Amino acid sequence: MHAILTMIIQRLGLGLITLIAVSFIMSVAIEFLPGDLAQEVLGQSATPETVAAFRAELGLDRAFHTRYFEWLGNVLTGDLGTSLANQREISELLGTRLYNTLFLASIAAAISVPIAITLGVLAALYRNSLYDRLVNIFTLSTISTPEFFVAYILILWFSVTVRIFPSISDIGPDLGFWEHVYRSMLPALTLTLVVIAHMMRMTRAAIINLLASPYIEMATLKGVPRRDVIIRHALPNALAPIINVVVLNLAYLIVGVVVVEVVFVYPGLGQLLVDSVSKRDMPVVQACCLVFAITYILLNLTADILSILSNPRLLHPR
Amino acid sequence: MTDPRKKTELESLFRNGKIGRRAFMQGVSALGLSTAFASSVISDVQAATPKSGGSARLGLGHGGTTDSLDPATFEDGFMLMMGYALRNHLTEIDENGKLVGELAESWEASDDATEWSFNLRKGVEFHNGKTMDSEDIIASINHHRGEASKSAAKPIVAPIQDIKADGKDRVIFTLEGGNADFPLLMSDYHLAIMPAKDGKADWQSGVGTGGYTLENFEPGVRSSGKKFGNYWKEGKAHFDEVTILSIKDLNAKQSALATGDIHMMDRPDLKTAGLLKRNPQMELEQTTGTRHYTFPMRTDTKPFDDNNVRMALKHGVDRELLVKTILKGYGSVGNDHPIAPSNPYYDKSLEQRSYDPDKAKYYLKQAGLTSLSVDLSAADSAFSGAVDAAVLYKEQASKAGIDINVVREPNDGYWSNVWMKKAWCACYWGGRPTEDWMFSTAYAAGAEWNDTFWKNDRFNKLLLEGRSELDTKKRAEIYAEMQRIVRDEGGVVIPMFASYVWVRDKKVAHGANIASNWDMDGGKPLERWWFA
Repeated sequence: MHAILTMIIQRLGLGLITLIAVSFIMSVAIEFLPGDLAQEVLGQSATPETVAAFRAELGLDRAFHTRYFEWLGNVLTGDLGTSLANQREISELLGTRLYNTLFLASIAAAISVPIAITLGVLAALYRNSLYDRLVNIFTLSTISTPEFFVAYILILWFSVTVRIFPSISDIGPDLGFWEHVYRSMLPALTLTLVVIAHMMRMTRAAIINLLASPYIEMATLKGVPRRDVIIRHALPNALAPIINVVVLNLAYLIVGVVVVEVVFVYPGLGQLLVDSVSKRDMPVVQACCLVFAITYILLNLTADILSILSNPRLLHPR
Repeated sequence: MTDPRKKTELESLFRNGKIGRRAFMQGVSALGLSTAFASSVISDVQAATPKSGGSARLGLGHGGTTDSLDPATFEDGFMLMMGYALRNHLTEIDENGKLVGELAESWEASDDATEWSFNLRKGVEFHNGKTMDSEDIIASINHHRGEASKSAAKPIVAPIQDIKADGKDRVIFTLEGGNADFPLLMSDYHLAIMPAKDGKADWQSGVGTGGYTLENFEPGVRSSGKKFGNYWKEGKAHFDEVTILSIKDLNAKQSALATGDIHMMDRPDLKTAGLLKRNPQMELEQTTGTRHYTFPMRTDTKPFDDNNVRMALKHGVDRELLVKTILKGYGSVGNDHPIAPSNPYYDKSLEQRSYDPDKAKYYLKQAGLTSLSVDLSAADSAFSGAVDAAVLYKEQASKAGIDINVVREPNDGYWSNVWMKKAWCACYWGGRPTEDWMFSTAYAAGAEWNDTFWKNDRFNKLLLEGRSELDTKKRAEIYAEMQRIVRDEGGVVIPMFASYVWVRDKKVAHGANIASNWDMDGGKPLERWWFA
């Protein structure tokens, strides 16, 4: 156990360095984009005078490094700052959006992970059967179809033809839990269809890979039913790769859903990031990127820990 | 086959109340018309009487997370319509396109139009209970003035030298020079009246004197409001609750309307507008406003400094075809000047310029050229379809021996890096309700947004004369001449005026006339429309 703790601490330390590097790269990248917030907000109606006044008000007229280190100092003391564009607290702005994003990701995960793993185990169990082929064809087709197209098809079926779900997710304040679930259903289903294939195929492959091992052969020879061979003997050993792919997809559900957010008008983090980049609202972009980076770092760490717990041999690499 | 004239006659008799419902139905069956026609006309007529109630939802293709309640930074349709729902202005343009008083009841000018006094409406209440008076007006207008102002309306208020209160119900503006349009300028959507707090306009709270109180505002996502019980305007703001949703994806917006999630939407996809029209539940409507698409040339740069080159290019574009393909017919041809038919002093008698490769060649020869090769920068940020329009232009101009090289620019940063930087580019103008405003914004020598860097002495002299001229007949003459000068000597190709197009669920009704100064009844559907 001690070794795991050391690893966690090491990894968190490295994560912090990664975060600082990410924030620096982001600042530089935004700096390279043409124009700044003052110009973008004022748009076509910008005059040199108003742009200058706006810049001075926001402090954008100062040098790049001054702004970056000031921002970094504030973040390290826990202050994310305010949005340049509308002076709202970023923590407040980010709070609801992050909650919405995590909410959508959770629903999508709650639907997709059990389905994907069950389908994968069954596909390994009935390898090369008609069932196996059908599941493969279906999931591979949904993953090969662009997300927005899957989304439009779902809208056509579930909100235009049969009016079960709303076509846009109008997530207002004071929404009850179930109402929130209901309004997020179509985006969640779209995401499910997009991520399911990857997890399903990986589960199937990991199990099939193990089926050739001697100990499985042994189990088969001693007369264990095929179902038990897979669930009791193969699955626990296949957990490490499965956990990895599940976590990778969870990360995707959080950081990669901009398209789905746009189609369903779902107020999540992705939309906030895109808006802020196009308006060059530096502190908001930074905050979003930090959240995304933290998500990746933590989920990867979780994946490693879970893999190690499921297979302690990994702690002692040869 | 029924005689269509009889059908129209019957319909208009009923619509104008000349015959009753029973007589109308008898006529319908006598002419063998369908009951569907009859019921649609009847429901239209019934809908013409405003009813109050209901929760209206409006979907707009605008809005960003960077929006704020500060009217100085209002940029697009989302904040414009929200602003009109929350706040009032000194004056407004009504459904008939006429200037009327809003928070100002009446106004008068000095003879040289430099001093304007506005008499304020009495007993108007803000959402927070405060009574509106001259102090609020002064604070709200001052919000846009001064050195540190970042307001988009700064150029409008710049000529104001002084504002002073004459008691609680009267405000006097002193201008640097005469301006006959001043009351109209006060209707600009940035110049919203907010309550004064310690001498400063309080925009943070969203409090105004408008028909709806702000319930919730999440920039870039949605905002919602409730009917303001003490709204001073009679027969306006009919909905109990209103919600504006920012839906940037066109398909999402249209399916939301089709499934009843929203009741009104702006700017449908023109390519599929025909399909929307076929849906019996929806009404597609358009008004020709002042919005126009332009190709400004920098007249201080070669080869555009030669008017003959400019004239050659102006003759090298097939306007009819652009309106048909780029606007899908939802618009009208432009005549190389920015004044729209809806502007008060639009000159109908000015001859429409048309596509004429031979004339283009003639002007090239006048410029001492046999062929011409120029770059045209375009991106869809300028207007939707700008790149396609530029490519069409290239094809058309090639017949006149003009080689246009279309440079596709990135959408991002278009206004800061391309517009007014490149010698020739695509651009759009929302237009202005008055000639003076439009001309002084983009055509006067030295104006910030004179995107053609054009200087014309006669034009600039007329501009000053027209501004302070209170005699409408003389003004019409002045503005007619200015339209001609811009058309024949200006640096801009204006091939088309784009209509405002929107779609509403037939559950929502509006009055017989609709304003054309902005999208959806002058940007005031929430105030003017109702549930039938």
